[in-house]
Amino acid sequence: MDPLFVALQILNGIQYGLLLFLIASGLTLVFGILQVINLAHGSFYMIGAYLAFWLTARTGSLWTAIAIGLPLALVLGLIVERVMIRLLYARDHLTQVLLTYGLILVFNEAQRLLFGNDVHGVAAPEIFAGSIRLTDTLSYPIYRLAVSGVCLALVLVMYLVIQKTRLGMHIRAGAVDRETVQLLGINIQALSTFVFAAGAGLAALAGMIAAPLSSVYPGIGEHILIICFVVVVIGGIGSIKGAFIAALLVGLADTFGKVLIPEFSSVTVYAVMAVILLWRPQGLFGRA
Amino acid sequence: MTLTTRSQRACPLSRRAVLGGAAAAAAVSTLNAPFVLAQPARIKLGLMLPYSGTFAALGNNITDAMIQAINEKGGKLGGREVQYVRLDDESEPPKAAQNANKLVVGEKVDILVGTVHSGVAMGMVQVVREEGTTLIIPNAGAGAATGALCAANIFRTSFSNWQPSFPMAKVMYDLGHRNVVTMTWKYAAGDEAIGGFKDGFTKLGGKIAKEIAIPFPDVEFQAHLTEIASLKPDAVFVFFAGGGAVKFVKDYDAAGLRKTIPLYGSGFLTDGTLKAQGAAAEGLLTTLHYVEDLPNPVNQKFSADFKKATNRDVDVYAVQGYDTGQLLVQALDAVKGDTRAKPALHAAMRNAKIVSPRGDWTFSKAQNPVQDIYLRKVVNGENKYQSVAHKGLEDPATGCKLA
Amino acid sequence: MDRTPRLLTILALLAVVVLACLPQFAERYTIQLLTRIMTMAILAMSLGLLVSGVGLVSLGHAAFFGLGAYVLALASPANEAASVWWALPLVIGASALAALVIGALAVRTSGIYFIMLTLAFGQMLFYLFHDAKFAGGSDGRYLNFRPAVEFMGQEILTLNDRPTLFYVSLALMVLTYLAIGMMLRAPFGRAILGIRVNEPRMKALGYNTNRYKLTAFVIAGAIAGIAGFLYATQYRAVNPALFGWRESGLVLMMVILGGLRSRLGPVIGAFALVLVEELFQALTDHWLMAMGVFVIVVVLLLPDGLAGLFDRKRDAAEADDG
Repeated sequence: MDPLFVALQILNGIQYGLLLFLIASGLTLVFGILQVINLAHGSFYMIGAYLAFWLTARTGSLWTAIAIGLPLALVLGLIVERVMIRLLYARDHLTQVLLTYGLILVFNEAQRLLFGNDVHGVAAPEIFAGSIRLTDTLSYPIYRLAVSGVCLALVLVMYLVIQKTRLGMHIRAGAVDRETVQLLGINIQALSTFVFAAGAGLAALAGMIAAPLSSVYPGIGEHILIICFVVVVIGGIGSIKGAFIAALLVGLADTFGKVLIPEFSSVTVYAVMAVILLWRPQGLFGRA
Repeated sequence: MTLTTRSQRACPLSRRAVLGGAAAAAAVSTLNAPFVLAQPARIKLGLMLPYSGTFAALGNNITDAMIQAINEKGGKLGGREVQYVRLDDESEPPKAAQNANKLVVGEKVDILVGTVHSGVAMGMVQVVREEGTTLIIPNAGAGAATGALCAANIFRTSFSNWQPSFPMAKVMYDLGHRNVVTMTWKYAAGDEAIGGFKDGFTKLGGKIAKEIAIPFPDVEFQAHLTEIASLKPDAVFVFFAGGGAVKFVKDYDAAGLRKTIPLYGSGFLTDGTLKAQGAAAEGLLTTLHYVEDLPNPVNQKFSADFKKATNRDVDVYAVQGYDTGQLLVQALDAVKGDTRAKPALHAAMRNAKIVSPRGDWTFSKAQNPVQDIYLRKVVNGENKYQSVAHKGLEDPATGCKLA
Repeated sequence: MDRTPRLLTILALLAVVVLACLPQFAERYTIQLLTRIMTMAILAMSLGLLVSGVGLVSLGHAAFFGLGAYVLALASPANEAASVWWALPLVIGASALAALVIGALAVRTSGIYFIMLTLAFGQMLFYLFHDAKFAGGSDGRYLNFRPAVEFMGQEILTLNDRPTLFYVSLALMVLTYLAIGMMLRAPFGRAILGIRVNEPRMKALGYNTNRYKLTAFVIAGAIAGIAGFLYATQYRAVNPALFGWRESGLVLMMVILGGLRSRLGPVIGAFALVLVEELFQALTDHWLMAMGVFVIVVVLLLPDGLAGLFDRKRDAAEADDG
């Protein structure tokens, strides 16, 4: 195993982890601030992917697709929050689980109705379509680097918003103690709607930029959802910092697991989760 | 009992609704038919195929080509009208046994045809082995169906997973490759395809550096492409199909590997995928039991007729469906439509000679086709016939009691 | 926990009688369907024990069901039938052991964490059996011979016979129902009901609540394993999807649909959900959407599930839930 191989796999792992973070961040905030389990969060990722496929096919460019698709996804997130999620605030976890489970079924079937069941490819934008030659046998696709770049930029933006703005302060406070924030006169309802829509938008964006990498087919939402659940549990519910570190950890574990122990690679991620929970049941940065 | 979509088309809703309604009315019993006077006029043909999902195009091609073959001979089987009962199996192995039961026990079909996915086919094999219904497999290559689990009532008109890959070993060896990496999905079709290649290649003295198997239907290949580059083999042999094949060929090309480490595969790598793969697939060599430009007259007529009837191009799946139709016509004519005369029906099937677009073929004792495998090359975005890689190849049918 | 209205109990008894007579005159397909439903009812009851009994919402319970099915498929010899006398205890033991390991980690958490943990472990088992070489991969595995029930060399029950399997499933379903009832009336049951209502109070009273929760988790896992045994026996085919979250969600749905207040709830839920699924499948291609809407409507409009429809009295004291 030469150093270049290891370095490349680390690159692969970080790229995957950054993508996971985009999705998991929304999930952990929704848990923390809204206190709602939303099983349908993965559906936004799927919706993003399918929007990318559909709009790229129509407009010929992934850029345009994202420019149109992202606002669409945000609006959808808003609608879902107002119509469905709001019903869940007062309910117990069991009801939330089942209602959002039913929502997944509806979303999946709607997707099948609209787009059918095939596996679809999405073309990466032209400027990123090439590869960088690394060795005499291997090149690295530029698009993957671009994706990592975009994710990093978003992470930075999120960090600035959450740590340096008033809105961010409200979000952080709401994740810790919803009631007190309300008592302080902050409009927790508007905050919740914003957080939910933002989370949905991030997940959809992740789906859009990942579409050229992992193809678009039914079921991608659920697959990524479970992994993100693991990320949130490892990182600690409500903690963005935790989600970030956990996402990178999961991305690296999965990538190295694939090449080192291919037979049990999928189990690696869960094993990591089990070990961390044994040590800290509330996750790395969660509140007990 | 997983929640997978299972849709049914072209089937009288009333029958399904009655079945469902009866079940819903707290399973109030229905009386068993006390006796059967004469055979009902129509032959009930059960079609358990994917009509949705990744393999829907295959399911449709098989069905349409099969019906075309039957219609060419007058639309009847052994003088009797045919009733087609379709069931979408969605290529989901978990529901395979249940779905097969629905057709065999619930609908009481005379003959069952299906399916595409090997895992689902195995579920069907389990059911018909118990119930005795005649099964014709128009695609799924699971070796066990005409191997360890073979039976007198199970026939296959397509291929075994082992067959198309085995001849590629000699092709690659003759081209000078001695050290090869293989890659596929971890499921029966993938395992057996690689197994076929491995059999051939190791027997010739070649070496397999590593066998990479990723979970089905994962299409994130990046980590493994990096691994292949670091292993530096002479060549790579893969089995992928459908959307996965599209992505793999494109990713392999994007990683720059095609220039330095040649890629080979069984024909499924370039079947139905060339348009999406584009320039990345140019020049790929594959082996399969069919090529679209085979020069025999049966192939030319079949392609033209199929295109006229469905406005789609033929592919290997349509050919397999067509041959299934031909088999049904021949066998049922031989027993004059008496589907109850099973030993005679099966004997007629066993002895059938199929004049196919892929070339003539017959059944092996294990009831799998003995057929020619062709070498093909992608030229200008199409598969072109190069040569016969192996004439009259018979699957070893390990463990079959009939062979 | 049992608020089963008298009317419902009488109907249930009637239903058992009807079921017992069914194989005499029903179609083979109907018998098969009902056998599957009764297997699901056993699985649903085991989850019901956790959800309504202890208050633990597990989204990974199907994992033990799948494990039971796989253990039977893997342990059965390729050329002859396994004997139920060692196969069944093996299955129960394996499921209980898995529940012990997973439960030991999971019961330390609660609320959202517990739900996600159980979901994640269910998925882990799915991937284990999906990816590993020993398990047959995504196509699953097949059971060549159904388990044999023999005594002194003589076969006393043929599970290959459809009606026999039907009766065995019926008997096991009734037995499970009665056993859970007995368990809940015993001191152990009283304790876990207390934990569901107010865990801090039970802790203050000196109960090691984690141990009680773990015990209930293990028992539920073992019963789920028995359901898996029946499933594998009926279909002679097992598949990794049995472990998945979709299956777990489905079982949870059965428990809710039936109603949390009644011990009959899971059974009613199992029958209703499968029959509704069959009905929807017969009516439309897009039955999954119909199922999704059905799930949403039931959860929103029927807080006490179907069993609640029979309940005229609303007990003000039992206003808490979950």
